[in-house]
Amino acid sequence: MTSTPGSAGPMAARTPPPSDPGGAAARVRRFGPAQRWVHRTTGALMLVCVASAACLYLPQLAELVGRRLLVVTVHEWSGLLLPVPVLVGLVSRAFRADLGRLNRFLPYDKEWLRAALRRDPRPASRPSGKFNAGQKLYAAWIAGAVLVMLGTGLLMWFTGLAPVMWRTSATFIHDWLALAIGVVLAGHIGMAYGDPEARRGMRTGSVDRAWAEREHRHWKGD
Amino acid sequence: MGRRVLLSMLGLGAAGLVAAPQLQRGFEAFLGSAADKDPTGLTGLLPNGGGFRYYSVTASVPRKGPDTYRLTVGGLVDRPATYTLDALRDLPRTRIVRDVQCVTGWRVPHTPFEGVRLSDLLDAAGVRPEAKAVRFTCFDGAYSESLTLQQARRADVMVALKMQDKEIGHAHGGPVRLYVAPMYFYKSAKWLSGISVTSGVRPGYWEERGYDVDAWVGRSNGREDTPTV
Repeated sequence: MTSTPGSAGPMAARTPPPSDPGGAAARVRRFGPAQRWVHRTTGALMLVCVASAACLYLPQLAELVGRRLLVVTVHEWSGLLLPVPVLVGLVSRAFRADLGRLNRFLPYDKEWLRAALRRDPRPASRPSGKFNAGQKLYAAWIAGAVLVMLGTGLLMWFTGLAPVMWRTSATFIHDWLALAIGVVLAGHIGMAYGDPEARRGMRTGSVDRAWAEREHRHWKGD
Repeated sequence: MGRRVLLSMLGLGAAGLVAAPQLQRGFEAFLGSAADKDPTGLTGLLPNGGGFRYYSVTASVPRKGPDTYRLTVGGLVDRPATYTLDALRDLPRTRIVRDVQCVTGWRVPHTPFEGVRLSDLLDAAGVRPEAKAVRFTCFDGAYSESLTLQQARRADVMVALKMQDKEIGHAHGGPVRLYVAPMYFYKSAKWLSGISVTSGVRPGYWEERGYDVDAWVGRSNGREDTPTV
């Protein structure tokens, strides 16, 4: 990115007037404290949940860690708490607004998906609002998947409640969906790894304006 | 639209619950045959990929060999005894081939176990008339199990020295584990180190945490697996 007045650092003498084209705030606000808190807490819980799952499931890790009852308890509680940050976040208007944006699929999202299927990486052929179509799909899918994991997990946890056959079925769904979530989550993290500015947006709350205009060109009207 | 994706996930989850028995049979058959031809062993990591899974309730379990391993038989008996590994190996053995069924769902077909009948060890110790049950303790320091005396005297309950015709490795509960053929595998305590004849059944480790004490395969723990015996 080329340096513009006002972005040179804390010592830059003057902030140019807002009318200055290309100048003004070189960074735009993307996420408030609410969204960042929800993301961070959900991420931490998800990490604990996945790590404990791996220790229960992969023989090598199970052998290394042992302590089965403790690991089971950690897994159960991190899983149970996983939807809580989102529910708490609902008190924030900014967070609710973002949920609305994630829920709304617009004509340009179709275009984005088609470009993604063609493996066309050019930003020009991938129009998106504040969130791109991939992010919208991911958000909806992972929310549904977490709820299914929660339901099947509870069936396995409270064995007395479940009719006889359900538990085996729940285990089956829980195991395979866990595998799918692992793959999708790796994709999510890989995608973030490849885009430092997107990560900065989630970490600090603001992003570079040029990045925003390139990657999320319909954000303003979203 | 996002809501629709979310709801379809929930719908798929519910449909999956209903279809799971059929799906599971198909997956098991497919993965079972794939695992036979898979040199990497990766199929074993997939759900229902076949094979044993390692469960331990403690952080680490000491390793014991011929010099350090001891099995004590005590409690309500006339002749308490302590066996070394060699002493156990010198006793008459029996071999049983049955399926192993875990209460968490996995099953390993046709698994040979070889060892000393528990009833032989009990007879050698001389069980007193007031005895009603047998309690087992393990050198992992935490696990315990128990059987009624009648269950313990069954011909398919043994102190196992070999599994799958090999010495039992540490990860599988070696050098000596209990093997209770007709029950869920948590009854077959790993790393067996103590046999104590008692006046009543005392629930074991997992049983204090909700599992059934009489753990017949297919008739307990709310499960309907095909019996192993």
